[in-house]
Amino acid sequence: MADPGQGMRVGLFATCVNDLMFPETARAATQLLRRLGCEVVFPPGQTCCGQMMTNTGYFKAALGAVKAYANAFEGCDVVVAPSGSCVASVRHQHAMLARGGGSAKLVDRVETAAAKTYDITEFLVDRLGVTDVGAFFPHRVTYHPSCHSARLARLGERPYQLLRAVRGLELLDLPDAEQCCGFGGTFSVKNPDVSVALAADKAANVVATGAEYVVAPDNACLMNIGGVLTRGRAAVKPIHLVEILAQTEEDHR
Amino acid sequence: MSAIAPPFPEAARKQLANPQLRANLRRATSTIKAKRALRQAEMADWEELRAAAAAIKDRMISQMDVYLEQAEAALTRAGAQVHWARDADEANSVVTALVQATGATEVVKVKSMLTQEIGLNDALRRAGIAPFETDLAELIVQLGHDTPSHILVPAIHRNRAEVREIFLAEMGLVGRPAPPDLSSDPNDLAAAARAHLREKFLRAKVGISGGNFLIAETGTLVVVESEGNGRMCLTLPETLISVVGIEKVLPTFQDLEVFMQLLPRSSTGERMNPYTSMWSGVTPGDGPSNVHVVLVAGGRLKALAEPAARPMLRCIRCSACMNTCPVYQKVGGHAYGSVYPGPIGIVLTPQFRGLDTPLDRSLPFACTLCAACADVCPVKIPLPDLIVRQRHKVAVAKTADLRPHLEVLAMAGAGWLFRRGWRLALAGWALSVVGRLRGARGAIGPLPWPMSRWTRARDLPAPPRQSFRAWWRRGSR
Repeated sequence: MADPGQGMRVGLFATCVNDLMFPETARAATQLLRRLGCEVVFPPGQTCCGQMMTNTGYFKAALGAVKAYANAFEGCDVVVAPSGSCVASVRHQHAMLARGGGSAKLVDRVETAAAKTYDITEFLVDRLGVTDVGAFFPHRVTYHPSCHSARLARLGERPYQLLRAVRGLELLDLPDAEQCCGFGGTFSVKNPDVSVALAADKAANVVATGAEYVVAPDNACLMNIGGVLTRGRAAVKPIHLVEILAQTEEDHR
Repeated sequence: MSAIAPPFPEAARKQLANPQLRANLRRATSTIKAKRALRQAEMADWEELRAAAAAIKDRMISQMDVYLEQAEAALTRAGAQVHWARDADEANSVVTALVQATGATEVVKVKSMLTQEIGLNDALRRAGIAPFETDLAELIVQLGHDTPSHILVPAIHRNRAEVREIFLAEMGLVGRPAPPDLSSDPNDLAAAARAHLREKFLRAKVGISGGNFLIAETGTLVVVESEGNGRMCLTLPETLISVVGIEKVLPTFQDLEVFMQLLPRSSTGERMNPYTSMWSGVTPGDGPSNVHVVLVAGGRLKALAEPAARPMLRCIRCSACMNTCPVYQKVGGHAYGSVYPGPIGIVLTPQFRGLDTPLDRSLPFACTLCAACADVCPVKIPLPDLIVRQRHKVAVAKTADLRPHLEVLAMAGAGWLFRRGWRLALAGWALSVVGRLRGARGAIGPLPWPMSRWTRARDLPAPPRQSFRAWWRRGSR
């Protein structure tokens, strides 16, 4: 396979959830990008997109993360994250937060950072021009598009294109796929009853597909859906999209 | 109502425990949601229509004073009397006085959100005037001593067996009774309602309506409905009093072409609604001879005062946002403790009422920020952004409270943590210690409060043995 990423230097934004709780996703993103020829850097000053604070209304508390993001990725040409939700927050909320609590210079800097930020599916399909990343995953999977990835980052068909090109993979339609899983950040603990009711619907739909894995472009949704699945002793396993894309036939030998 | 109403999470839990309600809601919202999507899909210029609607409304909002005065002049020229009301109390006393001046002791009502918002029915009853709702679903709600749970289909929480019981028990107390052998067949139920209402229409001296649109250049009021009961109220009585929010004004008659394409498709999923009534003042020998228009400001001034909040005034009350809202679909309208439930409700209600009660403070959080509402809104209200703004106001209020809130401390702590990369490295190390102590990775089951809010019905993944950044530091392989 050619190296579509040859000569590209990519800043990896791991996101706090992946860094702390799902390192295998950020590792998979690293391996995948390297396999495609990219040079991957991980600026250690990065922290989080800040949306947990932003979306709970604590704009001032989010500002530190916003500044850390702009600082950390200053030297990168592109920033890639395995999360449409965090990417959407960088794009749609950082400038608003900077306007509210920073200087005009900060607004400028966060806008520059936001303009070069991509979800990994966008980076692969739009920047590298690949949908077949040479992945192999011989399993039945179903895809949950994740609200922020679908409706805020507008990933559109990209995740499906990438999944359909994976050798051995059977993609099963998820009923009511576009429906929210009920996570909603702090909504999950502020309104746990509604959150669980929605997650239970999503989990039931996932189970009904007969898939072995439920795939999403965001681990936060998978944590919620997976939490209901394991509590109900369902056999379906949650997996981040990028972890599928990172696996090759060699890994399965 | 709001002073004693429980905060949303508590009210929602009660609604969730009602399987009949959940089944009714699921059936009703999924049907209407699918119909709306179908009607949108057949419109090649849907996005242009939405953009036009948003632009027209924004033009109106930015020069509302000009258009309102234009509307007043046109209405007056056409023989209508215009009254201005700063708030709910003023509006209620104006309407009550107008009804009393006619000597009538009962009124028939067209379905109207604004008259519910200002509590007009209660005000009329206190003055000894009986208000009769004539929209079929509003009739069900009124006869059932209930409150609406949806702005368009207010009895969405009732099924036909329940409607039959309400009709049998209540119709006779306020007018023509339902036939004793009434079945729960929709045709029979509609026939009973028709007979009951017909008596009221023919007797009524005063009709009260809201208004979907008020055209500034012509002074034309527009009421959009499905049943024709509104048309009866608008044409049969001698006196017609229309209570209209100031944000309902539209600059020109031609603007209607945009909204008449968007509104029926967005609300009921129809290409065209069955009855659209338009009138400009008085026409001698045709319809009401006394026409009054009460323009109500209410909480709208509070939205106008904040430029970032103004887009909420674009709302045409179509209800597409609530039909598509996953939270609304689960709990219905009652949990919101407001006449405006769902995504637009949790933006409008705190703006109009303020954030003083636990309920009103909880409303902006009755949302997963899934953004489905923003995609269906025909006037492109950026609902998720407005919801986050309302949350910000709640956060500011909680931070200023003398009583410390756990949430304020947690968010300040998170803010500190996420300011520097090394702090996250430290947190990652701490979590990895937990991960190593636990040994094998696997799900974590029930935990004590506050973690129980997550783990009561869901597992939590165990922390990993190594954070990503620790792996990276060790050579990333």
